[in-house]
Amino acid sequence: MIQERISSIDSIKVLLSTISDPEVPAISIVELGIVRDVRLHSDFIEIIITPTYSGCPAMKMIEDEIRRVLMDAGLSSVSVTTVFSPAWTTEWISDDAKLKLKRYGIAPPVHSVSSPLLQIGMPKILCPHCNSADTTKQSEFGSTACKAYYYCQSCRQAFEYFKSF
Amino acid sequence: MEETVNAPIIEYLLRLADDRLILGHRLSEWCGHAPILEEDIALANIALDCIGQANYLYSAAATEEGKGRTADAIVYFREALEYKNLLLVEQPNGDYARTIVRQFFYDAFGVLLFDRLQKSTFHPLAGIAGKAVKELRYHFRHSSQWMIRLGDGTEESHARAQKALDELWKFTDEMFLPDPLENELAKEGVAVISSSLKDEWTGTVREIISTATLSLPLQTAFIHKGGRSGHHTEHLGHLLSEMQIVARSFPDIQW
Repeated sequence: MIQERISSIDSIKVLLSTISDPEVPAISIVELGIVRDVRLHSDFIEIIITPTYSGCPAMKMIEDEIRRVLMDAGLSSVSVTTVFSPAWTTEWISDDAKLKLKRYGIAPPVHSVSSPLLQIGMPKILCPHCNSADTTKQSEFGSTACKAYYYCQSCRQAFEYFKSF
Repeated sequence: MEETVNAPIIEYLLRLADDRLILGHRLSEWCGHAPILEEDIALANIALDCIGQANYLYSAAATEEGKGRTADAIVYFREALEYKNLLLVEQPNGDYARTIVRQFFYDAFGVLLFDRLQKSTFHPLAGIAGKAVKELRYHFRHSSQWMIRLGDGTEESHARAQKALDELWKFTDEMFLPDPLENELAKEGVAVISSSLKDEWTGTVREIISTATLSLPLQTAFIHKGGRSGHHTEHLGHLLSEMQIVARSFPDIQW
């Protein structure tokens, strides 16, 4: 019975792994760390998710996608619960997923201890196209809240950086 | 296991939410009008964070209230007198310098406030604060860097930033006024006493203003206050009329 439960949790996670993040389709909502837990209750399945940013406009779409994918697999009694704590962090993005981001053209998050205010000791962000460290930040906010907008002086390409958060 | 209705907590959540919502709405007014594209995008993103945080706070208040009222109902069907936001955040955008100064004043306060609220004994609030503070740090970095850029920029940008500082300074004291609701809730570790943040706020703000080669406005004896009791400047009514018109003209409309 327990074995059965574990395998069905795993199979639900496999299903959820097919859902791409609407704004960063290169990685799934599981890889991004949005899906926090899957719980089997006696008469329904509970999916626990957490928002990346409070203002992320994709959360509703992600919820709808979760319901749709599970419904397609014949699982109709699904409840999606949003939690805030622990707060989402880019540290949950695996190395594997970071590589996928880079291949997609988004510089993956770099973690460092830095002054949040004056950016002393901020790490150099490498260009995802040519790996050059000769990059400059154009804006703290890119096309979405989770990305900053950078420019590479070496290959003269604009690119987005997935902010460490 | 019915939760007893906790009016002070609801009131506190609503005031925090109102600060975030009204500031977020003001920022959203820049959408499509900001001086450069990057800033248009930045302000829209910050507005989304503010409104997103407000949504979570309103929802927590609605849950605590337990009467089935939604976040949307709280936002679209309250009058100006029922809004408890700081006067600072409802002030009109003005030019870009004025928007940045208003943001800078609030962000410096918000970073300190929500950092402390992470330890609130009211767990839904602690969770929301944990998310909000991370976002506020980015907002504060953005607004303080613009303070420096404007102040230490051209003669015109300096003059505009200084004028905005001088004009908005009188609204900053309201953030730190002693408040019975805060005092009551702080006893149980739910709320943070804002006046305890004043020294740190002043220190940070002074430092940025000085780096920006701007001058600290002179302290005025008169404190503009009233937001926390629903007595607002004329600007809030205009903001609400625009924000609420669709929801009130077509109640319960779905799209």
